[in-house]
Amino acid sequence: MKLRWVFAAIAAAALIAAPFALKTYGVYLLSMWAVMSIAAVGLNLTLGYAGQISLAQGAFVGIGAYTAAILTTHGWPLPVAFVLGPLLCFVVGWLLGYPALRVQHHYLAFVTLAFSTLVFLILRNEEWLTRGIYGISGIPRPNVLGFAMKDPRPFYFFCLATTLVVALFAWWIVRSPWGRAFMALRENPVRAASLGVDTRRYTLMAFAIGSALGGIAGVLYAPLVQFIDPSPFALGLSLNLLLMVIAGGSGYFLGPFVGAFVSVLLPEWLRFTEGLYLMSYAVFVMVLVAFCPTGLIGVGERIAAAFARRRAGAATAAQDAVAR
Amino acid sequence: MADLLQLIVAGIATGAIYALVAVGFVLVWQTSQTINFAQGEFVMLPAFFMLAAMKFGGASFPVAIVIGFLLSLIVLGVLFKRLVVDPVLRHGVLPLVISTIALALFLKEAVKEFYAAEAQPFPALANSNITLGGAVISVQNLVIIGVAVVAVVALQWFLGGTRTGRAMQATAQNPMLARVLGVRVNRMILYTFLINAALVTLASLLVSPIYLAKFTNGETLGLAAFIAAIVGGFNQVRGAILGGILVGVLDNVVAAYLSAPYRAAIPLFLLIAVILVRPQGLLGRAEERTV
Repeated sequence: MKLRWVFAAIAAAALIAAPFALKTYGVYLLSMWAVMSIAAVGLNLTLGYAGQISLAQGAFVGIGAYTAAILTTHGWPLPVAFVLGPLLCFVVGWLLGYPALRVQHHYLAFVTLAFSTLVFLILRNEEWLTRGIYGISGIPRPNVLGFAMKDPRPFYFFCLATTLVVALFAWWIVRSPWGRAFMALRENPVRAASLGVDTRRYTLMAFAIGSALGGIAGVLYAPLVQFIDPSPFALGLSLNLLLMVIAGGSGYFLGPFVGAFVSVLLPEWLRFTEGLYLMSYAVFVMVLVAFCPTGLIGVGERIAAAFARRRAGAATAAQDAVAR
Repeated sequence: MADLLQLIVAGIATGAIYALVAVGFVLVWQTSQTINFAQGEFVMLPAFFMLAAMKFGGASFPVAIVIGFLLSLIVLGVLFKRLVVDPVLRHGVLPLVISTIALALFLKEAVKEFYAAEAQPFPALANSNITLGGAVISVQNLVIIGVAVVAVVALQWFLGGTRTGRAMQATAQNPMLARVLGVRVNRMILYTFLINAALVTLASLLVSPIYLAKFTNGETLGLAAFIAAIVGGFNQVRGAILGGILVGVLDNVVAAYLSAPYRAAIPLFLLIAVILVRPQGLLGRAEERTV
């Protein structure tokens, strides 16, 4: 337990200190990590805790990003987008939950996949609203509490702070009766229903909340990149977010953060392999999934457990020695 | 009317290709619970094996086709099963999904890096057109339909008419019972992977002259094959064929008569409607197995 707080403190210190040691692109990548973490945390609620497969999280990031882009380029302040974006995603996510009441597993995966592709088509084709393939440029960065966020570093801290708020929210959800209900839904829906959990409502809720977090990620994404077009929100992003959740450790609280770290930063670190960097990344993912299906957090936990066992073993041995 | 006929023939040809891919997808799913997200890339790759055989090996087109088939059987059949599916299979469906997504990325990048990022022309099997009651029909489309029909009939005969084929079906329906009855389950699963490899190679050979060979081809093809498989019935080879042709015809007719920008959306609506109304697919039976 104590070790966990030490790790948390080190991680926090690193996240605060890192931007001062990095160049602009590095800070941008860290900000991207924060944004993707938020979306992955949302997907982890839907998938990891409530057990509902969704291949549409990228679409919600897209909806959030376009909400922010359209509003802020028309002179609205970003906080309005922070309310409207997630709200819109919440409602759409709720509706997307309805198929989950009827079908599960791979069928649900395909419904959400189809939805995600539909959103992409709308973003691309409704030029009056989204400017289609030309995209929306010149998305302004906000002023927060009188601080201008134009520079990468302050904006990174803004992203980090938002991520922290989302993380606390998710922590609270997971430990609330809702979180318990989500897990009951994942483990055994029939039993959950027989115990009086309103599975219908919680399934929809799991989708809606997860999607709303995707929306928040999108609202941050737009001012971070400052130019959006439909292509980043194609199916690839949804698949990538799924990868983050699984590779990080689905159903673990810290899983999505680790997964987003791997997915956003590892390809960049592999750039020294030049043309091979995405291939190396793909191989890494395949090996990871083969050897630790519970994700990186799962591996960490296994190692920690092994240490604890050894220490416990040493302790009993010491006791034995004393007794003798 | 002639236009419509033209469109439908072209649609059936496209659909026949989708059907080949979807049938392979369904076979692999049935025997090994592998939702192969790299299926589209599997169609993209064999064309490059053939092109590489011609470019670097100096092989003639027919020889290149043979080399392409052999390489595909090894890479997309044996290696795919041994290196990607087998180590992950016991962890469940979702890790395997991730693994095949990564594989798709790997194959795309590999082709881009080691062959070419630009679309490559690919030799056609036939070039001329014939006129039928005012409709211009390309011989290529007829060849596609012919090859697909022969392939599917041969496959159906193999699955239903031979001992091995029936053992494969038994494996798909109940692997445990099949093993008790002395079926070598693992070998049967390997056979379905090999059949899938052969089917995607065939599809690659048929589709590449039309779309040109490009490393991103798999994205649309894979999606079309998914939709075809689900619309027809995820647990039915016949369903996958019907689904493929339906999607192909719909694709062409919608693009011509309704809205070109939303051409891709129609199959998606079809998919959502089918899953919600009849999740087992148009021809499928309700699944007894809870997966």
